[in-house]
Amino acid sequence: MVGIINYGAGNIFSLTAALERQQIAYGMVNTEADLEKYSHIIIPGVGHAGAAMAKLKETGLVNAIKALKKPVLGICVGMQLLTAHSEEGDSQLLSVMPLRTKRFDKSLKIKVPHMGWNTVSFKNNSLFQNVPVGSQFYFVHSYFIEYNPIFDIAAVEYGNKFSAAIQQENFYGVQFHPEKSGEAGERLLKNFSNL
Amino acid sequence: MEIPDISISEFQPSTSLSKRIIPCLDVKDGRTVKGVNFVDLRDAGDPVELAAQYAEQGADELVFLDITATHERRKTMIEMVKSVAKQLNIPFTIGGGITEVSDADALLNAGADKISINSAAVRNPQLIEDLAMAFGVQFVVLAVDTKLVDGKNRVHLNGGRLLTDLETERWIKSAEDLGAGEILLTSMDHDGTKQGFDCDLLAKINRTINIPIIASGGAGKMTDFTDVFTKAGVDAALAASVFHYGEILIPDLKAELRRNGVSVRL
Repeated sequence: MVGIINYGAGNIFSLTAALERQQIAYGMVNTEADLEKYSHIIIPGVGHAGAAMAKLKETGLVNAIKALKKPVLGICVGMQLLTAHSEEGDSQLLSVMPLRTKRFDKSLKIKVPHMGWNTVSFKNNSLFQNVPVGSQFYFVHSYFIEYNPIFDIAAVEYGNKFSAAIQQENFYGVQFHPEKSGEAGERLLKNFSNL
Repeated sequence: MEIPDISISEFQPSTSLSKRIIPCLDVKDGRTVKGVNFVDLRDAGDPVELAAQYAEQGADELVFLDITATHERRKTMIEMVKSVAKQLNIPFTIGGGITEVSDADALLNAGADKISINSAAVRNPQLIEDLAMAFGVQFVVLAVDTKLVDGKNRVHLNGGRLLTDLETERWIKSAEDLGAGEILLTSMDHDGTKQGFDCDLLAKINRTINIPIIASGGAGKMTDFTDVFTKAGVDAALAASVFHYGEILIPDLKAELRRNGVSVRL
């Protein structure tokens, strides 16, 4: 059963709806004790990374989340929280992975936010099992996680190459929104629940 | 011999982001309708069912506009948004009757990915900034209905019923500065004609802004979509009746676009 960290950073209706469509049972994590109830944990997140981190701190769950040994999936800003730092509000984040979250530079001459469907080149990883090669996922973000081959499990190209998905042991993060990415996204959520 | 600097390629604009095809569902009393030049409404079905069908066909995103909301001061139906969000596995935008942050908040919590504002933003530009601050720029779509009046593109309100003093290009630029994350530009001169999108105006505006732009108004045949992507360079194209009445099927349209070198999601 998947536990969703309920810390008030954005709407989770679409995420829970997607889990329901995939018949994946879920519940909400409000306290440290709740973390024990679930086999898998999702950290959702939309909006400002610094604000999201502040809200996560308010829940008092930061250390417990970092100590988790069960599969954890951060989505969008939830993924960015797994990195060490974001240029958005010059924020210190969870530091599960020593990565930086950066803003799309104006010199790249691309539109920001990066909004829409983009092809993701993923590695041979359980999270992407049975996802057709060349699949596109839905992105909406103005900040990205720098590409680092050690943690990268899927890369995407928009202005520059950056990480669409990262992994460090039991911690996973995806920049796109699997709950909005059609069948490919639903497959990924199913894969996560089967980890 | 000089070795070319291959790192340069990393800094060129990406072409891998797909151009989006967006069916627009105009909703009145819980049913989908499409107005030709915004009058003579025809019933085209149940919005939730249509939405699921479009997602199946390969639509990249959907827009629901409660077309009577502004005129009649009705709030968009939260229940419809919830039903759509439960069924749909692609993003969708809700527009119509959003005049304050609390309206948008209710729609966000019901599962909407974005909201679109039009008249309310003209009357109170601060709303754009407030919404962007509260939910992020990615949540705020500014819809603009434009029509040529005495040789100038001017913003119209209330579904095209009301002419304003605002010059379209200038308004869009200031909305971007205030925090609009995307522009949905409808040419009233082209809307309902099926003679193609207003590529000249769209290209001109697209050059001046750094946020995505959705072209709307005038789609009649598949080449109209090819034209608006290749000539105007827009990020997405929206249409209603050609999709609702099956005149253009999305899989056919995407195959045609791909043949013409437009990057789409198949």
